[in-house]
Formats: sequence, structure tokens, C-alpha cells
Amino acid sequence: MISGRVHSTESFGSVDGPGVRYVIFMQGCRLRCRYCHNPDTWSTGGGEKRTAEELLDSAERYRGYWGRDGGITVSGGEPLLQIDFLLDLFRNAKLRGINTCVDTAGQPFTREPHFLTKFSELCRLTDLFIVDIKHIDPQRHIALTGSGNENILDMLRYLSENGNPVWIRHVLVPELTDDDEYLRRTQEFISSLNNVKKVEILPYHSFGAYKWEKLGIPYSLNNIQPPDKERVENARRILNCGD
Amino acid sequence: MSNAWRSFKGRIWKEDVNVRDFIQANYTPYDGDESFLEGPTEATDKLWGRLQELQKEERARGGVLECETEIVSRMNAYGPGYIDESMKDLEKIVGLQTDKPLKRAFMPYGGIKMAEQAAATYGYTVNPELVKIFTQYHKTHNQAVFDAYTPEMKRARHSHIITGLPDTYGRGRIVGDYRRVALYGIDFLIAHKEDDLAHCGGGNMIDKFIRLREEIAEQLRALRGMKKMARIYGFDISRPAENAQEAVQWLYFGYLAAIKTQNGAAMSVGRISTFLDIYIKRDLEEGTITEKEAQELIDHLVMKFRMVKFARIPSYNALFSGDPVWATLEMAGIGVDGRHMVTKNDYRFLHTLENMGPSPEPNLTVLYSSRLPENFKKYAAKISINTSSIQYENDCVMRPVWGDDYSICCCVSATQTGKEMQFFGARANLAKCLLYALNGGVDAGTREQVGPRCIPVTGDVLDYDDVIEKFDAMMDWLVELYVNTLNLIHYMHDKYYYEAAEMALIDTDVRRTFATGIAGFSHVVDSLCAIKYAKVRPVRDEEGLIVDYEIEGDFPRYGNDDERADEIAVWLLKTFMNKVKGCHTYRDSEPTTSILTITSNVVYGKATGATPDGRKAFTPFAPGANPAYGAEKNGLLASLNSVAKLPYEYALDGISNTQTISPDALGHTEGERIDNLWHVLDGYFDKGAHHLNVNVFGIDKLKDCMEHPEKPEYANFTIRVSGYAVKFIDLTPEQQLDVIARSAHERM
Repeated sequence: MISGRVHSTESFGSVDGPGVRYVIFMQGCRLRCRYCHNPDTWSTGGGEKRTAEELLDSAERYRGYWGRDGGITVSGGEPLLQIDFLLDLFRNAKLRGINTCVDTAGQPFTREPHFLTKFSELCRLTDLFIVDIKHIDPQRHIALTGSGNENILDMLRYLSENGNPVWIRHVLVPELTDDDEYLRRTQEFISSLNNVKKVEILPYHSFGAYKWEKLGIPYSLNNIQPPDKERVENARRILNCGD
Repeated sequence: MSNAWRSFKGRIWKEDVNVRDFIQANYTPYDGDESFLEGPTEATDKLWGRLQELQKEERARGGVLECETEIVSRMNAYGPGYIDESMKDLEKIVGLQTDKPLKRAFMPYGGIKMAEQAAATYGYTVNPELVKIFTQYHKTHNQAVFDAYTPEMKRARHSHIITGLPDTYGRGRIVGDYRRVALYGIDFLIAHKEDDLAHCGGGNMIDKFIRLREEIAEQLRALRGMKKMARIYGFDISRPAENAQEAVQWLYFGYLAAIKTQNGAAMSVGRISTFLDIYIKRDLEEGTITEKEAQELIDHLVMKFRMVKFARIPSYNALFSGDPVWATLEMAGIGVDGRHMVTKNDYRFLHTLENMGPSPEPNLTVLYSSRLPENFKKYAAKISINTSSIQYENDCVMRPVWGDDYSICCCVSATQTGKEMQFFGARANLAKCLLYALNGGVDAGTREQVGPRCIPVTGDVLDYDDVIEKFDAMMDWLVELYVNTLNLIHYMHDKYYYEAAEMALIDTDVRRTFATGIAGFSHVVDSLCAIKYAKVRPVRDEEGLIVDYEIEGDFPRYGNDDERADEIAVWLLKTFMNKVKGCHTYRDSEPTTSILTITSNVVYGKATGATPDGRKAFTPFAPGANPAYGAEKNGLLASLNSVAKLPYEYALDGISNTQTISPDALGHTEGERIDNLWHVLDGYFDKGAHHLNVNVFGIDKLKDCMEHPEKPEYANFTIRVSGYAVKFIDLTPEQQLDVIARSAHERM
């Protein structure tokens, strides 16, 4: 039985995929997003070891709240870092008839066979991918997260080729990710995909800052305020968010 | 009669007083959405505008607009009263408690001292002649109770191990079947009660028949009084209502008779929505009213419910903050035959919160089931999200016990409409009881020997089995004392402050329940968990009394869907209830219990020392059956699952749960929020839970409201607290902080 390193779980996920969902936050992430509100999930060493069976038993205690659309979402941290565990979890979830969703930043994605074989299996077991596009520009992506975005965009292309439903999210941070030119380029990229069911703008908030402080990591966005309404509307317009 | 009942189907209800049968034979379930609803009429806007001015003035005067000091409130103590003399023709539904809007009546029968003190609090002096009459010549309920109290009862009351006893005001909670006035007219009801009187006792003058004969006579007097009261406003309610406007008006007169004569702690309206829909639908079909006019009738009725006032004393307000009257009103539910009971009128009642803005009263209650039509669930969820003014109760656990025509009396407790009354009162402070068990019956706050003298716990670490044994024995003492205190109070209430108007609209052969209550529930559960799963070291003062606790190690807490804690919660409820069942209850009433505290969790907590779960001395309890502050670590649904495990069968008087969800934690868009909320309700109630108060707002809003109560947007800002709704600005600062402290589920 494979076990995964789990940071925490949340019984009531309301914005982590369709409907009400049980959310499993995995431990470990290689991105270092400057606005991250869960820096406590970065380290790949910590977390609690949990098996798929245990987690699904816990999740199913909330099945009555899920209705037609709900289910489980694996978030993080970066779930794809523990893809073997993820496969085991979702295989079992499917045996139990549970709707599955992965919330990923795509950083571990590569078309190397050792990863892609597993990832294509994951695609078969996943009802929805929620993918962050943190920045469309490779250089700025590095400045924002410490890594490039080529493989992330490639993952989205792969999912598109494969026909897997995707929600795309973009965190709107004044000065860093709120530039009309880049937003338009993001939109161009999104419109080249044929599997995007929803695009969401998440306005940056500073609620996670206290965690950085607690972990003793300097927080670089202290002078940045959440975006105002007009800018959020502007971004939603450019990215055709609808609703 | 034939004209009033034209086109109504059914037979049983025409021969006997049986409103339930009338409803089942005539109501029309509605599956559509809210698109048929109409906005407020010009008259509604004008009247509501005027009423808001009056409410503002009331607040500016410290919470009371005017107090009566010369006239004792009776059904016909006043001439007609209107919201505004110059606009009285705009009022589609008329009738005030006194001669002026929001003026508080003088009601001395519960207790003259309280009535005097209530007036004095707001700068009014009651006519000394009246004080003399109710002191020297006429005994009040309060005086009678204190005549009979034992010293032990007074000590328990004083030390707050039993708090909130209805010994100074009306006990309330009795819901007259006000629909009967509309359906039958008063003369029909008088004929039936006269028949009851004629057959009561068969000449055997033993206690129970003598008393009942006197009560029926009082009821008949009340029914005649109602006719007179209606005549003052120009209506003849001796006959049944012939159209929707009359039905609403007749029904309201029945309720008005109750609130003119009783200052009960809860004066609920009952399950009237589906009933009134039948009349409105008939008028709509006959083409005599439009939807706009139908909505206006409901708006104006609700406006009246928003105006109900009683003069209260400061200590009462501390217990039940925000001036509540529990004009509780129900909608939806499922019939015994399987048809849902949602009608267009349920939409109209919810829509009043849009037409006239949010409001704490009436206490709108949706009798919920996952089988209700999705359109209705969505509309209710939408109104909840926008106004935080609705509570939900599980029809699927109540229907098997109370049938499909029960009302909610007080905040969350079911009662069979027109067939039942309740003897309710106070709560047993089980957290304090646990402390008494540890300290040998001594109250560590006052050093008084309040409980029975017994051996305190010894040693450095609390032992679970030892504590359970001592706690169980202390609960035996408390429950017996509590039930006996209530027996005494209700005996006197029947004798000195009988609810003739309400009882006149209830079957003579009435079912009586005896409703007890629990306070400090989650703290006892967590304390026992701490003792069982961690190490709890008592801290003793110089006299050897335990005043605090040191906890070493982690322990499971109620509110996390953790069986270890939740099974102790179930044990506690069952143990308490079984003890209550073992006691003699007044007038052969059926004992029940509740885990609901209203806002009194603050007062109970303030009177209770530190508890072994780490709760600091003299800080508020969690309200109702809510988990303790900060105990919930796994999110909203884990918390709901814990509460849902409490078996309703052991708490038929209700298990109240209040949850606050920030809008962001409920979804990104309005559509998501609506869908997520009704799914939460489906899941929670399908698990057999009883009640949920839903608040949707962020802490920022509460804090801002506390700092800037003068902002116009906060004038009607309503929140749900345990079992009812209040305007946030009407809470005491202490309670405001308490609400802020427990507004969890903010997850990012």
C-alpha cells in the first residue's frame, strides 16, 4: 500500500472544482510563488503519511453533501510530485464511484516517458484538472515562481490534445500579473486550447502572509494591495471569464 | 358559511375543528421558481418607511420608543391603533398591541416588580395605583412562585446552575392555532368549546376537572373578547373569512389577542404559509386580487410581526439579547402523503426579506428536506446568502414525531399546531454541574454549598471513571431539582397567568410536553475528552477548591467528526434525558429536552468557572449544540457531522446549531454559493440533524458594524444566533464580541 505525504484535509471545499468537495492538500511543492498562501506546504519532507484507503474513508463521511457534482480534489502543495500515490488514490476513488479533481500548477510535468506514462493514466482517472497559469511570459514566470512555464503550458496542450476537461485559474496580483498585454497573451494561449470549461480570476489577497512570518521566510509582497474591482473586472473581460 | 367555504374540498374539517385536514384537502404544491414574485407596492414602501423611522427613533431612545404606565394590557384595553394615523387607509392588515406603534404594553400578571422595573429602566414610572393593585389586591405569577420556592431552589437559581426560569414573565411557547379564526370564525369555535365545557368532568368535581372547567370558561371569555377586539377595527370575525384579505386579517386578530394578553418569552405565529396560500390562490383564480395585491397582504402581515414588542428588564435582555419575541413562522415541509408542501406563499414570505429588507422577526423557518423542489431550495439559499435571516429545520426527523402540521414554538422546538402546549423553562448548566461534582457540591465562585455535600475529587490527575461517577450523581441531583422547580413554576403559571387566548385556539384535550434544556454541552463533552485522553491536573486554591486546570497532551474534541469525542456527546445527551424521564412532570406532561441556549450562552458562561477543556473562567459557552470555539479543525462539514450524530429522539425539543460562513468560503459566484449551500443543507439533514442557522458574511463586516453602527446599511443588518435572528446592532457589546469570536469557516 503506497502512502502519500498529506499536509491537511478540508471537509468543505467549495471553490475547488464543481460542487462541494473534500480537499486533500498534499505536502511538497517546488514552485516558490511570491504570493503563495500555503508556504507551509513547500517542504517535501513534512506532512502526515496517509494511505488512499484511509483518505477515501474520511472523504466518504461527507459524501452526503456532494450531490451530483461534488467529490474529492487533490490540491497542495503540488499533487503531481506524488503521482504514484495520486494514481493509487484515484484508482480507488473510481472504484468507489467518486468524482476526482486535481488542482495543479503543472511544474513536475514533462513528456519524458517515465512521467508521461503515469500522467496519461492519471488523465484517465481524473474528471477535472484545475491548472494555474501564473504568468504567460517565461521570464516573468521565473521571477514570480522561481521556475519556467514551458512545461506547464505544454501540460495544458497535452490535456487539450487528450480532451481532458480543464479549469484555468489566474491569480491577479497588481504589478506582477495584472498587465493587459500579458493578460491578452494568456487569453490567446487559452483560446488555442479546446478543452477549457472555465476560466477564473482569483484576486490576490494577503491572508497567507502570516504563515510566511511564522515560517521565518521574508514576504516580498507586503506593499502590494489586493486588486481593485475594476482591475478584476478588466481581467475577467480580457480572459472571457463569463458568469 | 357556504360562501366562505365555496370551492373548498374535504369533509372532516367541516364537521370538526381540523385545520390540518383542510390544508391537505386544498393546498397546491408549487414547483416553479421565484419569477412570479412582485415587488413592494407604494403603500408598502410608505408604511415600511414610516416604521423604519420609528425603529430609528426607538434605538435613539435607548431601545424603547414608549412604555405604557396607566393601562393594564388586555385584549380590549385600547381603541384602534395604526402605524401612522395619516396613512391608516394604506394598511391592508390592521391591529396593534397598544394604541401606538412600538409602544410597549404594561403587563403585570407575570410579575409586578418586573413590569415596574422594565418601565423604570427606560425612564417611565408606572402609576402607583396599579402597583398597589398588583401588590396588595391581586397576586402575580412571580409572587406565587416565590411563595412556594424552597431554599435549595433559590440557591440553584442564584448560583446560575439553573438559569432562565420563567418565574418573572410569561412562559410563552404556546402557539394558538390562529388559522382557526380565519377558517371557522369565532362563533363556530365558541360552539365547540361550549360543547367541551358541557361534557367536562361529568359532574365529578375532582382537581383536574374543576381546573379544566375554569380554563374552558376562560377560553370562552377570550373568544368573545376577540370578537370585540376585531369590532374595534371594524371587522366581524364571528363568521369565517370569505377572501384572502379577511383570512390574513382574521388570523392576525387571533395572534394579536395572544400578544395583547401575554408577554411570553416566545410568541410564535405558527405554520400559516401553506394555509393562507389556499385563500390567495382562490382569490387569484376568481380574479378578485392580483399577485401584486397578494404580496402586499403578506408584506403587511409580516410588517405587523416585525412590530411585536414587550417591555423587558435588563437581566432578561442579557439572556435573550436583541429584543426577540420569536414570532416564529414556518414554511415548506413534506406531507404525510409524500407531497411537498411548498406553495407560492412560501416564496412570498421569503420575498418579504427582499421587499422590506432583512429582519429578525418573524423568525422565518424553512422545514427542510432534500426532497423539497430544487427551485425552492435555491431560492431559500439565495435569500439566506443575502440576508442571513432564515433558519432551517429537518422536516424528516420531526414529521415522524409530530406529523405534518406542527409549528415551531420558540426558536427551534416543534409543537403540534392546535393540539399541544409546552411547559418549558431554563436550562441545566451541565458545565457547572461538572465543576460541582469535582468540588463536592461547592460553588468555587461563591464558596457556597449549593449542591449536595459529597466527596470531592482527590489526587493530582483527574481520573475519568472517578469523575464520571461523581458527575453522574451530581446530575441526578440537578435534574430532579430542575424538574421540580419547573413543576412549581408551571403550576403557578396555569393558576395566575393562564394563556386563555392561545388555549382557546387549541383543542381542549391538549397534549402537554415538558421541555427541559441543557447549557454548556460542548464544554462538558470536551472536558470529559480531556480527562479521558489527555492528562488534566486540577489547580486548587488555598482552601483546596479546584479553580483551574492544567492540560498535558492532546485530546479529541467534539466538532471534528471524531467518534471518540462524539460518542461522549451522545452519552451525555442520553444520560441527561433518561434522568429527566425518571422524574414526575406536572400535569402528566411528556418530558423532552433541548440543546439550545439562544444568546444565554454568554450569561451562563460568565457565571461558570474554568472547565477542564481549557475554557477560561467566566468566558462564554459555545451556543446551543455548537462545538466549542476553536475546537473545529477539519472544516464546516466535519463540524456538522458531529452535531448530526446527536439523536433527535433524545432531544425532541431541539438541537440548535449556528454556523457562519464567509461568502468567499461558500463559492466564487452567486450561483456557486447557492448550489453549495443547499447541498450542505441536503447532506446535513439527510444525516438526521435537526436544525441549522445559516449566516453568510465575513468577520470584517461584523467588526465594521461594531465600530460604525450608525451606518445606514447596518440599520437592519440581521444575523442568526442560536435559534433566532437579531439585528447585530441590538446585541450587547459583549455578545457582539462573542459572535465575532466564533465566526469561523473563513478558509482561504
